[in-house]
Amino acid sequence: MPEIKSEEIIVNMGPQHPSTHGVLRLEVKLDGEIVVDAIPHLGYLHRCFEKHCEAMTYPQIIPYTDRMDYVAAMSMEFGYVEACEKLMDIKVPERVQYIRVIMAELQRIASHMVAIGTYGNDIGAFTPFLFYFRDREKVLELFEITCGARLLYNYMWIGGLSHDIPHNFIEKTRDFVKYFRPIIDEVNNLLVYNKIFVERTANIGILPADVAINTGASGPVLRGSGVKFDLRKDDPYSIYNRFDFDVCIGTGEQGTVGDCWDRNKVRCDEMVESLKIITQALDQMPEGDITETLPKRIKPPIGEVYTRTETPKGEIGYYIISDGSTSPLRVKVRPPCFVNLSILPYITRGYLIADLVAILGSLDIVLGEIDR
Amino acid sequence: MEQFLQNLFGQNNILVYISMAVPPLIFMIAFALAAVYMERKVSAHMQDRLGPMLTGWHGVIQTVADIVKLLQKEDIIPAAADRKLFILAPFVTFIGSYAAYACIPFSSQYVGSSISLGLFFIIAISSLVSVGLLMAGWGSNNKYSLYGAIRSVAQIISYEIPTVLVILTIVILAGTIDLQAIVTAQGGWFWNWYIFGGPGGWEKLILLPLMLISFIIYYVTSLAETNRTPFDIPEAESELVAGYHTEYSGMRFAFFFLSEYANMFAVSAIAASLFFGGWQSPFGDSIPFLNTPVMQFAWFLLKGLFFIFVQMWLRWTLPRLRVDQLMYVCWKVLIPFAFVNLLAVALYVVLK
Repeated sequence: MPEIKSEEIIVNMGPQHPSTHGVLRLEVKLDGEIVVDAIPHLGYLHRCFEKHCEAMTYPQIIPYTDRMDYVAAMSMEFGYVEACEKLMDIKVPERVQYIRVIMAELQRIASHMVAIGTYGNDIGAFTPFLFYFRDREKVLELFEITCGARLLYNYMWIGGLSHDIPHNFIEKTRDFVKYFRPIIDEVNNLLVYNKIFVERTANIGILPADVAINTGASGPVLRGSGVKFDLRKDDPYSIYNRFDFDVCIGTGEQGTVGDCWDRNKVRCDEMVESLKIITQALDQMPEGDITETLPKRIKPPIGEVYTRTETPKGEIGYYIISDGSTSPLRVKVRPPCFVNLSILPYITRGYLIADLVAILGSLDIVLGEIDR
Repeated sequence: MEQFLQNLFGQNNILVYISMAVPPLIFMIAFALAAVYMERKVSAHMQDRLGPMLTGWHGVIQTVADIVKLLQKEDIIPAAADRKLFILAPFVTFIGSYAAYACIPFSSQYVGSSISLGLFFIIAISSLVSVGLLMAGWGSNNKYSLYGAIRSVAQIISYEIPTVLVILTIVILAGTIDLQAIVTAQGGWFWNWYIFGGPGGWEKLILLPLMLISFIIYYVTSLAETNRTPFDIPEAESELVAGYHTEYSGMRFAFFFLSEYANMFAVSAIAASLFFGGWQSPFGDSIPFLNTPVMQFAWFLLKGLFFIFVQMWLRWTLPRLRVDQLMYVCWKVLIPFAFVNLLAVALYVVLK
């Protein structure tokens, strides 16, 4: 019997593809349905963030940081203003700290909603996606009544905030917390514990803890592999050491530790923890001023600083070198998604095309931040 | 009705055939329009949305507007496509689904063609759909389309086996493969439907669990044959963009769409006819008004639409299976069950 000739097919997934979450191009080598290799090609959304920063003054950079991870803009700003404040050695008022934490945690919830919703969509369930988008609207509304913007806020300023919270914010946020807690369980029942969803995601794309640490993964991707590491606990910035919350890790409940299901479940659990933090912060929030008195032209002293904060996607680091002028000499960003995406080729080999989509979705990437 | 038409136009007049063939076509198109609207509304309300609201009262003519839009669209044929296959594919698919309507009994007075091989014909002709899909996938010269087509054909061919096995259980009970005769046999009150064991005395209670298994297997396979969630992997949006119809636009795309919705009704109608008494009123002749031909059509439509509603319900609730899991479900779960079920029913018929 003559051998049947077979060859590998190279399929370009993206940059225009429904489940690459933006303009990512994956060069996928396929043997039938089996993925032989998947190579991510980046750069379709490159906007020279780091070069731009050299020409901008320090406050002007804040809107640019928004546009990196546009799904979690507050968290991006948070890291940057933390870095600038550390560089200038300013202490911001208590009230500002609390508002920033509340905003960052609300943003974490909103970002995880998008992550879990679109992940469901990748697996083929469309309804949970719209459920979470309906509720994300409520978070965006809270942002909107505070600073007027719904996606890119420019809310956290160096030394303070652009606006104080409106009078009904606390009440509305409490309502949201009360409303949203049962919704998490509802979507978990509908999607996360669905038999088909478990079949599709458990034991798929297993990322062992040592590989995760060696590749520098962070955020839910790292914690999904069972590593208990969260900057809010392990390197507390702002006022995170005042709150009582747990770090959620993957436990291999449905399959192996570090599979897609675990990564997704970590996000579901983190939303619950964020609600806890928000409740505590609302209870403790003091009255007071919302801006530190600063000179009009911000000129940090000569020096350099590196800060890292925990965004919904993982660890964002800002490395800023100041030459004493109004604009930084260099701003280097250590982006979480970029690093997390670099794991993709290692954990997709040997799986099917459908699994490739599941694995990519479980990494929860945002291209604005990968390409910068 | 065929008799009446032959008396009207004379024996073997071409008009007889045309007037027998046209009603299913009109029904199919009208149904597809209604079903697309229904799907939008059902999905919208399940997802806490409103769905189409602006075109007409609650958006009822939205699908008509969409068809008009599709008609105006430029008809694009990719330069690298196999023109003949590409052009022919939507029609082959459409013919496959349309021809299946020929043997579906809409009421006691109307069935497109009452051939005694009805069920066999439907199973055979609906396989034409997979030929059309393969032509579309290959002719498009697009890797996504090809993957979609290959998946689709593998899926439809695999799932035909359990489908036929469970249909055979009904055939054994009814002793005929004429769909009209099967429906007629289920006359009387609703406990004469085959889901409740068909007509017969108390001994048919043994059949109840068997028929339930038959029905569940049939329903699952019908979802797979029509490429509906959780078996919609041939057109899995998040993986293959749109599967075999990635390259199609305008009316050619609409034909695929039409054929898909027509198939949905065809499998639901067969489910209703085989297991739920087809056009039979659940109350039999005890309420004569409910068993007139027009009401029979209404019952038939109601039962068919109910199964379509369940299909939509599942689609907007469940995620999608993977290719290997789909094959696992078919070969290792459904087929063994269907076989055992078939043997049990055969044993019952022999021993009775």
